[in-house]
Amino acid sequence: MALDRSDVEKIAHLARIGLNDADIPRTTEALNSILGLIDQMQAVDTSGIEPLAHPLEASQRLREDAVTEPNRRDAYQAIAPAVENGLYLVPKVIE
Amino acid sequence: MHQMTLAEIARGLAEKKFSSEELTRVLLARIARLDPQLNSFITRTDDLAIAQAKAADARRANGETGALLGAPLAHKDLFCTQGVRTSCGSKMLDNFTSPYDATVVAKLAAAGTVTLGKTNMDEFAMGSANESSHYGPVKNPWNLEHVPGGSSGGSAAAVAARLLPAATGTDTGGSIRQPAALTNLTGLKPTYGRVSRWGMIAYASSLDQAGPMARNAEDCALLLQGMAGFDPLDSTSIDEPVPDYSANLNASLQGLRIGVPKEYFSAGLDPRIAELIQASVKELEKLGAVVKEISLPNLQHAIPAYYVIAPAEASSNLSRFDGVRFGYRCADPKDLTDLYKRSRAEGFGAEVQRRILVGAYALSAGYYDAYYLQAQKIRRLIKNDFMNAFTEVDVILGPTTPNPAWKIGAKNNDPIAEYLEDFYTITANLAGLPGLSMPAGFAGGLPVGVQLLAPYFQEGRLLNVAHQYQQVTDWHTRAPQGF
Repeated sequence: MALDRSDVEKIAHLARIGLNDADIPRTTEALNSILGLIDQMQAVDTSGIEPLAHPLEASQRLREDAVTEPNRRDAYQAIAPAVENGLYLVPKVIE
Repeated sequence: MHQMTLAEIARGLAEKKFSSEELTRVLLARIARLDPQLNSFITRTDDLAIAQAKAADARRANGETGALLGAPLAHKDLFCTQGVRTSCGSKMLDNFTSPYDATVVAKLAAAGTVTLGKTNMDEFAMGSANESSHYGPVKNPWNLEHVPGGSSGGSAAAVAARLLPAATGTDTGGSIRQPAALTNLTGLKPTYGRVSRWGMIAYASSLDQAGPMARNAEDCALLLQGMAGFDPLDSTSIDEPVPDYSANLNASLQGLRIGVPKEYFSAGLDPRIAELIQASVKELEKLGAVVKEISLPNLQHAIPAYYVIAPAEASSNLSRFDGVRFGYRCADPKDLTDLYKRSRAEGFGAEVQRRILVGAYALSAGYYDAYYLQAQKIRRLIKNDFMNAFTEVDVILGPTTPNPAWKIGAKNNDPIAEYLEDFYTITANLAGLPGLSMPAGFAGGLPVGVQLLAPYFQEGRLLNVAHQYQQVTDWHTRAPQGF
């Protein structure tokens, strides 16, 4: 199934990537050729096969519910695009 | 001085033939003189290097020893390095100075290594040619018109050109082994979970693994020793003891069972590479190895499965780059959605955007079972193929790449053509197995690599086989002209 322009616009919105109108035909073509490669998978018989998420089948480790990290807010905010009074600034969301 | 391997440097420093500071100054001058031809560094850290070299010399004067104490190296610019720009080859992180060290960086610094800089790479490690970097392509020192491979292309070019003895790399689908093959280096991707991923900027978390790149197996053993080990900060780190990787380098290969998969010699393989692989098999037979044909029946499904799993995980991992907390932010966003969309459209390059979009599609409602789940099932089939093979053989041998290095720009309009270059390497990532590439000769003046794969946690076996091969061959000692 080939993607069309509106599919690509929808996917780009889901991924929060603002594609230029001029780029959409080229992006659509590239995605369709990649999906053509990927679709070769559909011919593989995987009935009865369990999916593999971690190559060594390890599961998530648990640890004590204790504070392990120091507060480094200043160091982390020093590299932010815009902060004020310890808060990250973004454009107004609620009018 | 710049010709020395890590092992030779360790001996020279131990015997006080030179200091780490002297060596560091020689290499920094060499990088300043020669790197403009290669573009292998994104950031040079001369002041940090001199300070670390002086500190290493002081520790040695106080009686400390250690194979890596005072050893110069560079980190792929994907390892967070405190106080140093960590760009991941992207405009998105061009302004990002890391507030912390990756575990690999911290461990190697504690061992006394000297960081000469951060090396160039494909943007967010997505590429096999080092052409997608925001900082421009890296040139292959064997022929400056050719790519060095990727994504750890800067580390590969710098070590191949004798700018430094070794560097770190990362490998999600071949990004250590493929550039090592294309530049005449030895490179090792460890078992998934062997080296901490903490502080490595994530591409595909279930596949990413860091490893050493150097000019021979002996040096890879020394560098891996400083990198490997359990890390509670990495949720998929494996708590297994770390063996002495140098201890068995000299073990005999008598009776070693080598499997050569028949599927490796398919139509896509350059016949000159096929010939060199057969020649490497003959050398290993002379050392006592026994060769057997094996089969990996699901090999052909690896690339399609990889190009679902890696983009899907990338689309999730790269959602953190939103223009809010760090990294690039677009100018004058009109609202929050515009801030996200334009920061990401302007901050990410074309290949990164393509992979995020493929991943977002594969994970979107209604497609999860057909794509991500099917890919994970194929992943198990591929792992099962290896588990079956390893009941009959100790290591698996084949080409690292189907072709030698191609010309810069030759595959720019065809992402699929570049994807197919990872045919031999990506199965090790899907199965989580350790893999090593080592020099095996030249085709048209360009290096060719042979790949060895082993069962989980048998990095030492791979290094042993490579080291023994390197005792009877001299491909790995050849240096590119002009460097």
